[in-house]
Amino acid sequence: MSLRSCRNVTVLEVAPVGQLKRPDEFFEIRLAMPDWDGWKPGQFIMIRPTSWDLDMLWARPFSISAADDESLTIFIQKVGRGTARIASLKAGDEVAVWGPLGNSFAVEPQTPTLLLAGGIGIAPFRGYVEQHPHPENIRLFLAHRLPLDCYPYELLSRRVDSRCMIEEQPCDLDRIIASMREQIAEYAARDGLILACGPTPFMRTVKAFAAELGARAQVSLENRMACGVGACLGCVTRDGDGHHAQVCTKGPVFWSDKVEL
Amino acid sequence: MDMNVTFGGLSLKNPVMTASGTFGFGLEFAPYGDLRKLGGIVVKGLSLKPREGNPMPRIAETPCGMLNAIGIQNPGVEHFVTKALPSLPWRDVAIVANLYACDAREFGELAGVLSGEEGVAALEVNVSCPNVKEGGIAFGQDPAQIARVTESVKKRAGNKPVMVKLSPNVTDIAVCARAAADGGADSLSLINTLSGMAVDIRRRRPRIANVIAGLSGPAIKPVALRCVHQAVRAVDIPVVGIGGISCAEDALEFILVGAHAVQVGTANFLRPDFSFRLVDEIEALLGEIGAKSLEEFRGSLELPL
Repeated sequence: MSLRSCRNVTVLEVAPVGQLKRPDEFFEIRLAMPDWDGWKPGQFIMIRPTSWDLDMLWARPFSISAADDESLTIFIQKVGRGTARIASLKAGDEVAVWGPLGNSFAVEPQTPTLLLAGGIGIAPFRGYVEQHPHPENIRLFLAHRLPLDCYPYELLSRRVDSRCMIEEQPCDLDRIIASMREQIAEYAARDGLILACGPTPFMRTVKAFAAELGARAQVSLENRMACGVGACLGCVTRDGDGHHAQVCTKGPVFWSDKVEL
Repeated sequence: MDMNVTFGGLSLKNPVMTASGTFGFGLEFAPYGDLRKLGGIVVKGLSLKPREGNPMPRIAETPCGMLNAIGIQNPGVEHFVTKALPSLPWRDVAIVANLYACDAREFGELAGVLSGEEGVAALEVNVSCPNVKEGGIAFGQDPAQIARVTESVKKRAGNKPVMVKLSPNVTDIAVCARAAADGGADSLSLINTLSGMAVDIRRRRPRIANVIAGLSGPAIKPVALRCVHQAVRAVDIPVVGIGGISCAEDALEFILVGAHAVQVGTANFLRPDFSFRLVDEIEALLGEIGAKSLEEFRGSLELPL
C-alpha cells in the first residue's frame, strides 16, 4: 500500500488564533484524517477546496502541524488570495488533500536539539515536539513580529524549554540575530542538532551561522508550488551540487550545507 | 462504451493522455491512481544532455491559468531510458517520449536513441525552442523548419510513430499543421502554451525570472479549440487536442471538433488524481449525451452552412 494519497476530506474546525490583537489573520484548521499509514514532522500536505472554481487553479501547501487518529491540523497565516480563501472555510466544507508529502526533520532522541522558528515557521514544530520521545532534550526559539498569541507558542512552551524574541523595531533584529548566533554556537559546542523553519532571510542566517560555527542544521523551505509531487518543477532550489532540486520531493527539509539559499 | 482509440500508429485504451511537463515521468503520480488506467503518458521533455532549466521564479498563478518558464529541466534522455522507463508499466499504457532539441540534427540524434526502446510507444516533437542558428526564431513559428525537424526525427525514429506538437504562437496554425504533415508526421498534438507575461507593480519586476513564459490552463481553452478545429481541417493526419482541459466536457469538446485523443496538462495540478478520474468521467458523459460511440462522436460538429 502506498504511503501517499489524494482524498476529499471534511473540514472539522476552523479556529481563529490570536484574535485579540491581530484579528482575522491566523487560523488553526482541523481536517478529518485521510487514510494515511502515518506521517512525520516536517512533511506537508497540498489542500484545494473542492468548491473552488477554475479562477484559482493551484492547491496550497501547508506543513502538517499535528495529527491524531481522527484529525489533521494545519496552522495558517493569511498572506494572499489562496490562504484568505482557505481561512474562510467552514466546518463541513470539503477539501481535496494530498500527502503526506516530502521528507521530514531528523529525529535524534538523545541529541540536544534546537528548534529555530521564524514566525509562522513554528507550525511544523508542534508535531515535532509532540512526537519526540525526549522533549527534555529540545529547546524552542521563536523569533516573531506579531503578538505572541498569534502563534501556538504557549502550547509548545508547556512541553519544552522555550524562548522567544519579538521584532518590533529595527534594533530588535540585531538582538535576534545575536541570540541566534549564540544559541547556534552553544549547540555546535554540544554537538547538537539544529532545525529551522521560517522566512528565507531567517534560513540564510541559520545556514551562515551553522557553516561558520560548525553546527549541524536542517532548514525547511517553503517555495511556491503548483503540484507538490515533483512534476511541475516550479519549486526548485539549488542543492549542494548546484543542481535544481524540487523542494516538494527532495525537501522541504535540507541539511543547511546541502542547499543554496 | 468502447473507449479504445487507434490513430497515427498509436493504440490507446482510452483517449486520455497526460501532457508533457505536467506529469513528470509518470511515476510521480503512481501513488494517486493506476497508471495503466490512462490512455497514454507523455513524459517530461527530454534532451540529449541533462538540463538545469531556467532560474527561479518559474511559475505564477494567473486568472484561470498559470505561467511557466521551466526551461526543459530534465536529467537527459539516457537517464530516462535507464532509470525511469524500466519502472513504468509500458506494456499496459502508451509511453510517449517528448523530444526537445535546438537543431534538426540533434532532434534526429534523440530520435535515434529512443527508436530502439521497446517501452516507448511514440515520439512527440517539441518544436518551440528558439533556434539560435536561424537568428532566434522558434522552430515552431517557421513552417519550413517544422517540416525539416519532422523529417529529421522521422528518418531516425525507426518504427516509432512521430507526433509533432505545435505552438499556437503563429499567424496561421493550418500552415504549420501542413508543414508537419508534409515532413512525415504521423499525428499532431496542439496546442503548446501561449506566450505570456506577468509583472509585479509593487516590486516593479517580472513575476517570472525568464520574463516571457508559457500560459496554460482553462484560460487558453478557446484558443486551443480553435487551433484544433483549424488543424483538423487542414491535414489528413490525426490530431490530439491539448489546452485547458479541466473536466470531461472540455475533453469531449476537443473530440467533437475532431481530435482523436486529448492531453491533460495543467489540470493535473488541480489534484494529482485528476487524469485517472477523467477517464471514467468521459465515458459516463458520452453515454449521458447519447453518443453511440467515441468514433461516432468524433468530429461530428455541425457547422453553419
